[in-house]
Amino acid sequence: MRIEPAVEVTGLVKRYGTRTAVDGMDLTVPRGSVTAVLGPNGAGKTTTVEVCEGYRRPDGGSVRVLGLDPVTQGAELRPRIGVMLQSGGVYPGARAAEMLRHAATLYADPVAPELLIGRLGLEACGRTPYRRLSGGQQQRLALAMAVVGRPELVFLDEPTAGLDPQARHATWDLVRELRADGVTVVLTTHYMDEAEQLADNVVIIDRGRAIAEGTPEELCRGGAENTLRFTGRPGLDVASLLNALPADALAAELTPGNYRIEGKIDPQLLATVTSWCAQHGVLPDRLSVERRTLEDVFLELTGKELRA
Amino acid sequence: MSTATTDTAFAQGAFTPRPGAAPLPRMIRAQALLETRMLLRNGEQLLLTVVIPALLLVLFSAVDIVDTGAGRSVDFLTPGILALAVLSTAFTGQAIATGFERRYGVLKRLGASPLPRWALMTAKTCSVLVTEALQVVLLTLIALALGWSPHGDPLAIVLLLLLGTAAFSGLGLLMAGTLKAEATLAAANLVFLLLLVGGGVIVPLDKFSGGVQDVLRLLPVSALSDGLRDVLQHGAGMPWGDLGILAVWAVVGLAAAGRWFRWE
Ligand SMILES: Nc1ncnc2c1ncn2[C@@H]1O[C@H](COP(=O)(O)OP(=O)(O)OP(=O)(O)O)[C@@H](O)[C@H]1O
Ligand SMILES: [Mg+2]
Repeated sequence: MRIEPAVEVTGLVKRYGTRTAVDGMDLTVPRGSVTAVLGPNGAGKTTTVEVCEGYRRPDGGSVRVLGLDPVTQGAELRPRIGVMLQSGGVYPGARAAEMLRHAATLYADPVAPELLIGRLGLEACGRTPYRRLSGGQQQRLALAMAVVGRPELVFLDEPTAGLDPQARHATWDLVRELRADGVTVVLTTHYMDEAEQLADNVVIIDRGRAIAEGTPEELCRGGAENTLRFTGRPGLDVASLLNALPADALAAELTPGNYRIEGKIDPQLLATVTSWCAQHGVLPDRLSVERRTLEDVFLELTGKELRA
Repeated sequence: MSTATTDTAFAQGAFTPRPGAAPLPRMIRAQALLETRMLLRNGEQLLLTVVIPALLLVLFSAVDIVDTGAGRSVDFLTPGILALAVLSTAFTGQAIATGFERRYGVLKRLGASPLPRWALMTAKTCSVLVTEALQVVLLTLIALALGWSPHGDPLAIVLLLLLGTAAFSGLGLLMAGTLKAEATLAAANLVFLLLLVGGGVIVPLDKFSGGVQDVLRLLPVSALSDGLRDVLQHGAGMPWGDLGILAVWAVVGLAAAGRWFRWE
């Protein structure tokens, strides 16, 4: 039997007036996974997430969240999901702890608010009104409110935007813990390291549609961009080295004694290079393998120009 | 009910999904209490709902600034001030607070919680009624201290206050749900001021010329202050005419708010 995904979006279209914000989006979030949605400003991340949360009615395509239609079955869906908006959501005059406690009273069996307050480092500002919290404290309160109801699925829209490194790590730990406890997490982010650290599944979107998807490793492995470098005696026989390598690999002496090999850098290729060196009496010095980072992949796919 | 939540550290399983909404009465009570706390904590709101009505009552009873007709001025003023209190809470205060809640995404965020929208509106209404009850008690005590001698049928008073609340709430929410927060802030205060002067609150409507008077009598605050005055000052029976005007405003205002209110 097919296990139904937590979120299944197919061919989603969403327009604001004449502007098409989401244009044929496909997104599948497996149960129990952490899925990171990456994309430039204005790519349609928030819009997609808000359609899933039931805030917006799709103009086309289909959306299923926990097997339900978020618009027509919202009342049934809402107690089962947790939501962190990209910003706001709290009474300016409400104190941090007061608001979290209130959020907890809306659920049947919430996590104890005090535990979340301690965990996210909000003890010192529990009595501070929301409008006087720092941006990072506001973010952490919103995160706590999203998970306090023990949801099956949480949507976090840029949960670590503007956080200091400590708070970012606390957030990451919380996300990992959610995953370990069987909660499905969908988060949007502009931080590649965040996606690499946390996500089982990365979806890169641009101009309202998904343009790449996979585990972080899969996305970085794709293409032929990986590089192996070493230094050795100048003037080695590059042609002979090339002969030893797979057909699609490239080798060159960039500057005297500095060699670069481009191609699918796998253990096999590394072994080939070192045994070629052994045969030629070369000790490869400063041998290094450079893999593409997610950021390389992201920029390659979405281009380098700024978005409107 | 919750067993795993008493440890101080996050044990494995602290977040194991156990989703579900709290019972509706618990949600509505919590929401109404929160809304009331927000209101009572807000200095400007308190100024509007408590200080201004109380000050006007004391000031205008003590000093003969406006000719309030035959009889003692406190007997004329108190019903008007009670109407003003309802106006300040159900209309001005509620419009401004809701407008900013909309702007700051509070309404949006609550929309993703298990609290249904109708329950949120019910809670808001409860919070308005609680505030009004506090205002009425306070203003009554002040008026009695100033020598006020009320008459009439308490049922008629309650009915007038409730219908007035419904009419002002509809109009206030219509404003909060359609205009920008700053525009609501400005407009709600302006309307409050205009109605204070032209709504028969402290200035008797017969001070205005005939045509203007006929129009002003149709305003909800005029109907409320006139109805309250008929009963409290003159001991009249059910003021059906004024109740009718308030009922029409309530139906129109609430229907329009229901139709055009935007949550974000
Ligand atoms: N309420 C709205 N009304 C009109 N246009 C909107 C609205 N919300 C978003 N848009 C437009 O839709 C497009 C997608 O916006 P969206 O907020 O989904 O992007 P995003 O990927 O979340 O961006 P960011 O990384 O900046 O948060 C943008 O061009 C934006 O200007
Ligand atoms: Mg966004």
